[in-house]
Amino acid sequence: MEKNKTRFRGIASGLTKNKRRNLLLSMIAIIALTVFLHFTEQGATVGSYEVRVLNLCAVYAVLALSMNLINGFTGQFSLGTAGFMAIGAYTTSLLIMPVSVKAKVFYLEPIVPWLENVHWEGNFGLFGALLVAGLITAVAAFIIGFPVLRLKGDYLAIATLGFSEIIRIVFTNTQSVTNGSTGIKSIPNTANIWWTFGVMAFFVVFMLRLMKTSYGRAFKCIRDDEVAAESMGISLFKHKMLSFVISGFMAGVGGGLMASVLGAITPLLFRFILAYDILLIVVLGGMGSITGSIVGAFLITTAKEWLRWLDAGFNIGPIKVPQIAGLRMVVFSALLMLVILFYRRGLFGNKEFSWDGMFRLIKNAPKRVAAWFKPKPKGGGAK
Amino acid sequence: MSLLEVKNLQVHYGGIEALKGISFEVNEGEIVTLIGANGAGKSTTLRSICGLVQKSGGEIVYQGKPITNLATQKTVEQGIVLVPEGRRVFPNLTVLENLKIGAYLRKDDAGIQEDIKHVYGFFPRLEERHWQMAGTLSGGEQQMLAVGRALMARPKLIMMDEPSLGLAPLVVRDIFSIITRINSEGVTVLLIEQNANAALRIAHRGYVLETGNIAMSNTGHALLNDDRVRQAYLGKSEK
Repeated sequence: MEKNKTRFRGIASGLTKNKRRNLLLSMIAIIALTVFLHFTEQGATVGSYEVRVLNLCAVYAVLALSMNLINGFTGQFSLGTAGFMAIGAYTTSLLIMPVSVKAKVFYLEPIVPWLENVHWEGNFGLFGALLVAGLITAVAAFIIGFPVLRLKGDYLAIATLGFSEIIRIVFTNTQSVTNGSTGIKSIPNTANIWWTFGVMAFFVVFMLRLMKTSYGRAFKCIRDDEVAAESMGISLFKHKMLSFVISGFMAGVGGGLMASVLGAITPLLFRFILAYDILLIVVLGGMGSITGSIVGAFLITTAKEWLRWLDAGFNIGPIKVPQIAGLRMVVFSALLMLVILFYRRGLFGNKEFSWDGMFRLIKNAPKRVAAWFKPKPKGGGAK
Repeated sequence: MSLLEVKNLQVHYGGIEALKGISFEVNEGEIVTLIGANGAGKSTTLRSICGLVQKSGGEIVYQGKPITNLATQKTVEQGIVLVPEGRRVFPNLTVLENLKIGAYLRKDDAGIQEDIKHVYGFFPRLEERHWQMAGTLSGGEQQMLAVGRALMARPKLIMMDEPSLGLAPLVVRDIFSIITRINSEGVTVLLIEQNANAALRIAHRGYVLETGNIAMSNTGHALLNDDRVRQAYLGKSEK
């Protein structure tokens, strides 16, 4: 114990005052989150509905990171996420479902024999299933990548969207593997809050590390200027493919987690609408910001749930608003437009959260607020 | 010995003949400039040397070996680096990241660190702003960064496409003096310019390109004093 303490002091003394403060704050934040997750898992902090929302937030964060890698960091406008999620979700579900449940779910047409007796149980089972789901999705991304990554911009978006729909249609029609349009239910809820937040944390750290490597820099170069990147000797296709495959892996794992959290999936869940939901998170958070994707995922997922009271009808003073189905989405969209109006590049742009940045923001906040109330100089002034 | 030899190079863009078979050579340690009007094929020449453009005929020999159909990674690996037209720094990467990406194909970390210092020696301004996004730099600083980024690949032959484009005259003078300094450290320079006057002043030899053909070649000094060149490119009257 004593030895550890001196060793820690040894590390800390090598750092500047600010770095030591940041390290301390990060540790406090991580411990606080861990404690919160512990009590949430015990059911002591919030109810099961809120836990489910938190789980979904974390899953959406993983998916947003996946899409941000290819769209925000590599600049390739890909909308294939929903299809990749479907592959991951179905793979995971079929691997972790108990044999007896499978027989019950596949009542229209029995499941193919080679999947019939597969049951990967418990946490280890889920780990293996997620890994396999990620790998299979990555392979699918690799195959799809060959034709589509030769395209750019809108054309790439259309092609990836097309492949995503193809995957969904295939899953709708392979009755004996995916149970067709009826979907799969009673998927074990092995993925608790530790799983979702754990996987999210893993991918956050992974992305942060990746962006510091020469691969990460090459991705950003391709986003900024393909011609210049190519003349630096960066192989465009190789890096686009790498980014696409990693993004596919993450989408597969995210889809698998989602299946285990929701407990039931159908091919309809993986329509292109789902890809837009994730794109919304990425754009709102900021293309090319890891922090943005996480904040965006939590904001949008909770806001969608929280605004449900709008659908039920409510009173504003004497005015009675009747029950209107879909009012929630109207208000939600209006709020989004407001946000995009004021933060054109998303909440975080392509910046990341840092303690230093936060302290700077707090320090400058009074000045900024004061600037709002100051009369603006006429004619805009010299720029 | 010539470092780079271009023999009868032809390039087509669709049905349009951009280069109609040009031949020239660049000797080790020289500054060679290609001058010519818009659309003469200057940029195409550079882009085809570093493998960014498909050739339809001819041969490019570098250090005695043919490199005609090599991919860009291979030509960069062999020490041919292009400073592209219009600077083309990566706007959302910091100055330091831009420099590091220049050394993308190198694996020697110690050498890279050393070269970053070396580039900062050339351009102290870049060191001051190493944490800034490259997009926030001024035009001149971005050009410095583009040159610095190319130097990070430890080139034997650096090819510059209009480094003076859109820069103030004072900055242009700085850039050209830097080019001479880079050359005096043993890097061969192939320079493309519309600012023929400035380019011919620092060049050992020059070629005049006219609509896909080499029209003239001579030493820089001789071309500077050539009546036809003066009339066509330097905007001076005969006499």
